[in-house]
Amino acid sequence: MDVPVIELSGVLKSFGPVDVLKGVDFKAYGGKVTALVGDNGAGKSTLIKGLSGVQPYDAGVVKFDGEVVHIHSPRQAGHLGIEVVYQDLALCENLDIVQNMFLGREEITELTLDEASMELQATKALQSLSVRTVKSVRQKVSSLSGGQRQTVAIARSVLRKAKLVILDEPTAALGVAQTEQVLNLVRRLADSGVAVVIISHNLGDVFKVCDYISVLYLGKMVASVKTSETTQADVVGYITGTKSMDGASA
Amino acid sequence: MSDVKISSGHEGNVRDQVTAYFQRIKNGEMGALPAVGALVVVGALFSILSPFFLTKLNFANLFVQAAELTMLAVALVFVILLGEIDLSAGVTAGVAMAGFFLLLHGGTNWIVALVVAFVIGGAIGALIGFFVARIGVPSFVVTLGLFLGFQGLQLVMLGEGGIFRIDVPEIKSIMNDNLPTWGGWVFLALMLVLSAAVSFWDRARRARHDLSNRPIELLYAKLAVFAILGGTTVYLLNENRSQGFASISGVPIVIPIAVLILFIGTLVLDRTQFGRHLYAVGGNAEAARRAGIKVANIRITAFIICSMLAVVSGLFHVSRLGAVEATAGRQIVLNGVAAAVVGGVSLFGGRGRLVHAAIGAFVIVMIENGLGLLEFPAGVNLVVTGSVLILAATIDALSRKRGNGARS
Ligand SMILES: Nc1ncnc2c1ncn2[C@@H]1O[C@H](COP(=O)(O)OP(=O)(O)OP(=O)(O)O)[C@@H](O)[C@H]1O
Ligand SMILES: [Mg+2]
Repeated sequence: MDVPVIELSGVLKSFGPVDVLKGVDFKAYGGKVTALVGDNGAGKSTLIKGLSGVQPYDAGVVKFDGEVVHIHSPRQAGHLGIEVVYQDLALCENLDIVQNMFLGREEITELTLDEASMELQATKALQSLSVRTVKSVRQKVSSLSGGQRQTVAIARSVLRKAKLVILDEPTAALGVAQTEQVLNLVRRLADSGVAVVIISHNLGDVFKVCDYISVLYLGKMVASVKTSETTQADVVGYITGTKSMDGASA
Repeated sequence: MSDVKISSGHEGNVRDQVTAYFQRIKNGEMGALPAVGALVVVGALFSILSPFFLTKLNFANLFVQAAELTMLAVALVFVILLGEIDLSAGVTAGVAMAGFFLLLHGGTNWIVALVVAFVIGGAIGALIGFFVARIGVPSFVVTLGLFLGFQGLQLVMLGEGGIFRIDVPEIKSIMNDNLPTWGGWVFLALMLVLSAAVSFWDRARRARHDLSNRPIELLYAKLAVFAILGGTTVYLLNENRSQGFASISGVPIVIPIAVLILFIGTLVLDRTQFGRHLYAVGGNAEAARRAGIKVANIRITAFIICSMLAVVSGLFHVSRLGAVEATAGRQIVLNGVAAAVVGGVSLFGGRGRLVHAAIGAFVIVMIENGLGLLEFPAGVNLVVTGSVLILAATIDALSRKRGNGARS
């Protein structure tokens, strides 16, 4: 197996007396989709916030492409090539798709916004993900469905040439058809070489699209398995703490 | 993979474009349409009801009367787009103009005094922005406080009930003098060339990236409409509108000033990074922040622009009166907010353009002017204007609902 895009070892994080992450190890590989699952309060969001630079870890080693890095700000994470698609997506409804995809990184030529160049790149990014559901790149986001919005948010990370894309519950608010579309999109994103991490409570989705599954239980990584080598029942066991990696049921 | 076709809205022939336009309206993106409709209806109504409404003299009066309100409404758009408000814009202009008078009175050169007046305006805007963006006081409260405080400051600066003449011919001529006949035509030609140049420049950029362009006929049609409307306006204003012996004709000097400010302001909002970020912050401040936009700086800058453009409005006021008053700017600010909203600028933030505010200002001024000609008492004017405002805000709220309804 080649070098993981991201490799965490012994990550610790506490809020005052509360230890939320208690020595977590985690890996995600380029071209693969890794699920991060666990019950409410297991520490998934806290783990992600450390990677996105929003809330740095207290201790532990973070390797990016095999190099030890220290991520202290979102900007730094962005420079490394880490993009997080938050659950609330953070899109501006009053702006169109192109404007949202380039928000904060607008291209300027001749002192003004280079709309043509941005439109072209946005279109290419959507095409590279074989997005078919978006009619026009100049549509306002307010007119898009939940799945289309998710698509725009994911395509934005493509545009930024991210190496690691983390999606926080990307299908939580979506219906069957749109969930399907977003999962396909996630697959294509990974196929383009990006390391994708999905946080999800929906094991059906996880088994459909993920190559690896990592399970957090009360701040510890209790299992990291290949999807093809495990079952939903086992994963439910890891999540609820009735089963551990050595196979012994508690 | 790149066989997937994603359009940009620029494709298709004239008919496709027209269909798409109606589709957008149906989806609630009405823009200035209701306000333009109101303008036409109100104009037609008064033309029928009053023989004085559609005269050359009144036509020119409308423009001059609308100038102050238009400028103030345009100023307010910069903060309304953020979902903020500046209730003190009128009295801020009043304070700046009081400062202008005191400097003149003390013997300062009028240009220097005017520059200082704008600096005062900018400083007040920065102060408001600081309270709103850095400390987190709601703009409604900060500017309500200043609205009260600056009324007092004006009185302190100028004395109770003071009206003081300003004897600077250059200032007075803004609202009271006209361009020579040829000047109006040259200005119209200049604006047409500028707006054509901007459009062709855009098309060239798109073509360079192999992106489709809208049918060129649409651009010609747009320019033709501008030329006809502008040409008619300049023609009518160039006719003698005097009812006495001395002839009065020409485009009032204030018009090119206001149009240029509108044009530049629109370029800033549509084509600069600042403009894009202003809309983004107004649409979703949290999204803007996560995208790395310095939200506080955008807010402060918007308040500075608002206050400085309000000073322009105050300058127009002083020019028209030829005097500085201690009570200036109290009434006009609410009309300014009303003008922006009537024109289709959303108080929720993120939606609206400068030209909307200008159209809204014309609707309000027309109502005031027309009802005045029909000799209705002032009370009726307030009731009608208030009703129009509520109607406009209702359309805004409804179209917002419809826009959101498109999510599934
Ligand atoms: N800023 C904070 N201060 C104190 N405690 C916190 C803070 N952030 C998170 N926690 C605690 O850390 C634990 C893990 O929270 P986290 O949000 O990472 O869980 P999660 O796995 O994302 O859960 P969910 O599935 O509900 O999103 C919880 O018990 C939470 O209360
Ligand atoms: Mg969470």
